[in-house]
Amino acid sequence: MSPATSDVNRSVEAVWRIEAARVVATLSRYAGDVGVGEDLAQEALLTALEQWPTMGIPEVPGAWLVTVGKRRLLDDVRRRAIFDSKRDELVRQAHGGQRRSEIEQERMDEDIADDVLRLLFTTCHPVLSRPARTALTLKLVAGLTTEEIARAYLVEVPTMAQRIVRAKRTLAEARVQFDAPMPEELASRLDAVLEVIYLIFNEGYVATSGERWTRPELCREALRLGRILAELVPAEHEVHGLVALMELQSSRLRARIAAGGEPILLQDQDRRNWDQLLIRRGLAALERADRLGRGLGPYGLQAAIAACHARAPDLKSTDWIRISALYHALAELAPSPVVDLNRAVALSMAYGPEAGLEMLDRITAEPALKNHHLTAAVRGDLLERLGRPKEARREYERAASLTENERERELLALRARPSG
Amino acid sequence: MRFMMFMIPNISEQDWVPSAEAVAEMTRYNEELTKAGVLLSLDGLHPTSQGARVTGAGGKVTVIDGPFTEAKEIIGGYWLIEVSSKEEAVEWAKRCPAIQGAASTPDYSGPVPVIEIRQVFEVEDFPPEVRAAATSTA
Repeated sequence: MSPATSDVNRSVEAVWRIEAARVVATLSRYAGDVGVGEDLAQEALLTALEQWPTMGIPEVPGAWLVTVGKRRLLDDVRRRAIFDSKRDELVRQAHGGQRRSEIEQERMDEDIADDVLRLLFTTCHPVLSRPARTALTLKLVAGLTTEEIARAYLVEVPTMAQRIVRAKRTLAEARVQFDAPMPEELASRLDAVLEVIYLIFNEGYVATSGERWTRPELCREALRLGRILAELVPAEHEVHGLVALMELQSSRLRARIAAGGEPILLQDQDRRNWDQLLIRRGLAALERADRLGRGLGPYGLQAAIAACHARAPDLKSTDWIRISALYHALAELAPSPVVDLNRAVALSMAYGPEAGLEMLDRITAEPALKNHHLTAAVRGDLLERLGRPKEARREYERAASLTENERERELLALRARPSG
Repeated sequence: MRFMMFMIPNISEQDWVPSAEAVAEMTRYNEELTKAGVLLSLDGLHPTSQGARVTGAGGKVTVIDGPFTEAKEIIGGYWLIEVSSKEEAVEWAKRCPAIQGAASTPDYSGPVPVIEIRQVFEVEDFPPEVRAAATSTA
């Protein structure tokens, strides 16, 4: 490949990153099907890779890709129409009936934004498993290649390719229309979209497996998807809540990892390494959620908690009383063992380790929490603060044996060692 | 990765404040960047007549007030964007209405706008000793 060709290829990739969602969405609407829409878009991309090195990059590359895809679709339809008419001819001869003419309604090129939103609703459709939703969203909406997604999720490329093919097949078999959800299911479908975006973010923020503590590329993709969604549905307060949460958490990304790759906990982070630009963006997004006047949802509350940390110059001056109250509100709205656990930590910071331990004892009756590594780690920390080092060490050891993240295991094992 | 896109309009101080039409076009462009989820921040800058240049040489600090009439390539504003490659930043710069406007006019003879694209340093771009220096000022 000549250097000029590889330059053009990189430009084609760049155009694709910008245009993928809109091209796939528009073609999916024409085809009425996401699987077909994506195939058409990929064919258009291949055509671009063939033709752009000689013809140059078109002035409006997105429209060029859509046009090529649409032409391909029309060719297919025409071919099928010929086939259909031949078949119908046979049917007519057999039954002497009249062929019902199928008139393909030419749809107007209306608002592309609506198409992108429909695309998100489809790739996050409840008929799909969660791993399928995240893979499909990254492929079709974020415009990542299968190789990039496989690398981010630490799986083999054929495995990821299979997952994407199967997801498209599932959508086709379930006859999922490329359409906006009915008004009565809009809220739950939007929740599903938010969940997928946050799943992608969290896989990057606290990698559940593998040797690396974070995979920031996934955080960035999730944040970009969140920002796109916030402009598509600006009146939805939880969208801004989620964006605020991700901006604020991202602001700490580079402070969370030591030079050797080991994780640094919030209390030990050098706050000068927090990204002030992302903090400002996060606080602005939180304000946007607030201004909609419907209170804060689970994401907004978590963002409000993250904002307390972001505003505090150090751990001591953090408003732990407010954080405890926010966790309380969160537990009411979206009860979960992890929220309870965090609430116990916040209580211990606001009112002392006894208060935290008391809450922890109350909630570990819950089986989901009892054998979670975080429960053991928190208990270890509280016991240490209460001057009970032997019990604390036992809890850290237990926590180390329960986690699946290598880096976290090292950190916990370190705390389990008697301090010198 | 983050990129700064510096707008260098190459216009005179008198023409510095853009027309309502130009502002409307630029706002549409900024919205496009926002909707794509890539825009982190942006600003437009006053002309150099309201600025100053501070230099250190010959054993002293010198302050020169604007305008800098002899200077070329004066920055008019910037966008800070988060994208996945330099090529993507270039693609976005190409779509700027000031660039498009000048490019799409045959026999264009007006000021030639330039967008300079520069990648922002991340911590991991530095060698370990530089990284250490960046965090040991306490």
